[in-house]
Amino acid sequence: MSPDLAITLVYIAYALAVLLTFGAVLTWVERKQAAIMSDRIGANRAYLRIPFTQVKLIWLGLFHGMADGLKLLLKEDFKPVTYDQLAYVLGPWVVFVPVMLVFAVIPFGGVLDPGLLIPSLAGWFGGRTYPMQIATLDAGLLVVFAFGGISIIGAMLAGWSSSNKFSMLGALRAGSQLISYELVMGLTVLGLILIYGTVDLTSMVQHQSGTILGFLPAWGVFYQPLAAILFLTAGIAENKRIPFDLPEAESELISGYFTEYSAMKQGMFMLSEFIEIAIIAALFVTLFLGGYNLPWMTDAGFVLPGGVVFAMSHGWVVLIQLVTFLAKVVLLCSFQILVRWTLPRFRWDQLLRFAWKFMLPLSIANLVVTAIAVWALA
Amino acid sequence: MSSRKPFVRKRYWNEPEMGWYERAYFFEVWRGIRITGGVFLANMWKWMTGRKGALTSYYPEETRADYAAGNRGKHILTQRPDGRPQCVACNMCATVCPAHCIEIDGAFDPDDPAHPKYPSRFEIDYSRCVFCGMCVEACPEDAIRMLKETPDLPGFDRGRMWLGQDELLNWQPKQDVAKPYPVAPAGRPGGTP
Repeated sequence: MSPDLAITLVYIAYALAVLLTFGAVLTWVERKQAAIMSDRIGANRAYLRIPFTQVKLIWLGLFHGMADGLKLLLKEDFKPVTYDQLAYVLGPWVVFVPVMLVFAVIPFGGVLDPGLLIPSLAGWFGGRTYPMQIATLDAGLLVVFAFGGISIIGAMLAGWSSSNKFSMLGALRAGSQLISYELVMGLTVLGLILIYGTVDLTSMVQHQSGTILGFLPAWGVFYQPLAAILFLTAGIAENKRIPFDLPEAESELISGYFTEYSAMKQGMFMLSEFIEIAIIAALFVTLFLGGYNLPWMTDAGFVLPGGVVFAMSHGWVVLIQLVTFLAKVVLLCSFQILVRWTLPRFRWDQLLRFAWKFMLPLSIANLVVTAIAVWALA
Repeated sequence: MSSRKPFVRKRYWNEPEMGWYERAYFFEVWRGIRITGGVFLANMWKWMTGRKGALTSYYPEETRADYAAGNRGKHILTQRPDGRPQCVACNMCATVCPAHCIEIDGAFDPDDPAHPKYPSRFEIDYSRCVFCGMCVEACPEDAIRMLKETPDLPGFDRGRMWLGQDELLNWQPKQDVAKPYPVAPAGRPGGTP
């Protein structure tokens, strides 16, 4: 096994572990945060009993997610009478897999030098360094949008093959909504591409490692505040969550395009929704919040504005970068859940008007202003 | 030519007037997020400093602080000083009960001439009880009361919501009956000292 392969496998294992953990824990976070926001206590009943004792581990209801998953796994896998079994079975996978794949191009840490971390293997690694990113692609951002587009097909497949009017309506809504907001998302990011001059996510993050005017971290959100707001809004809309949950509006369409799914197939739709919260948070962090960068931190350690330097070993730097990225993602996830439990749902015409008459002109204006500014300053 | 009238949206008398500030959407959204986020942070701070950050209570485990003092909760059967039920199995509570949820089997005790009748079975079906308190009012012996607490009433199974004489006598034993009880006949324990 070559060192490259070993490192990539480690990265993939890390990414899978992080994403699935986020997917499982966010179900709990969502319920608990909603409860706390509305002066309630929230899920607190499920427990694990240590065998042969009466000790019940409740842990603030953390096991509710586990109970939910177990229930979904053990439920009857109902199949509707449909003429297109293949598309019906394929639907959840086409939604789920691209969501996971997006994480492949997101840098979740700086540059790893495994020879420094494990001195006994230094000879095998031969001094090679690896950016902490599964697929080091020059076209990272384009890949993100390509995969984001695929999950529309999954929703459409699921709705179309369920032979159910509600599913069909949900799929139609999902299609038009996702296409509208995909456009806005792309246009908001164009401003960043103009500023950084690249679509490679790693170098975009590296651009954000410095400071503006010596004190402000050079994060994308300070260069492009409007684009950041628009991007996050479009991201929540991409994720089909309240206030943009028209495709699955429970009060109108039962469950929208996955009405006819049960057991773990439905669970995959839910899981991909929760993982997509984390993915959108990770994307936002990468593009606008400096990724794994902390202010004034470099690969050598902290360099404070006064010229004070805290040197750190490579292991600590890697650890701090990983934790920083995860902490930012957690904060962003929490913010998305806050939005979800604050706003009521749009009406359908309001949703499309908001996309085409409000967000699209704003993002184009943002793009034009950015282009002029970049041209004038360059 | 079609005779269909074009669709005109109905205008309501209380339709909100929105200026550009409200129409710009993001400002009002930000206001809402500040409110909900503020509640979240305040409650979270309470939880993290060891206080309770919620208005609701853990239902069966925790008694609400604002229970009325006269709340009609779970019944008790009062005891005579020797621990036997004060009840004389007169069936008045069972008769007056609008939900027909009290069942009493009377029995004869020849050793107690003052109150020769006693309940050999006294059960209340809490799946049907409406907590009206009429049994308490009907009782001539102060034998049945309702306390304000309602512990252990919820159940998963209708059949298990019958509480018997043991539970009613002993979940909060009370011997302070208002009606004095005559001295026990010679040779019997108990009775009013």
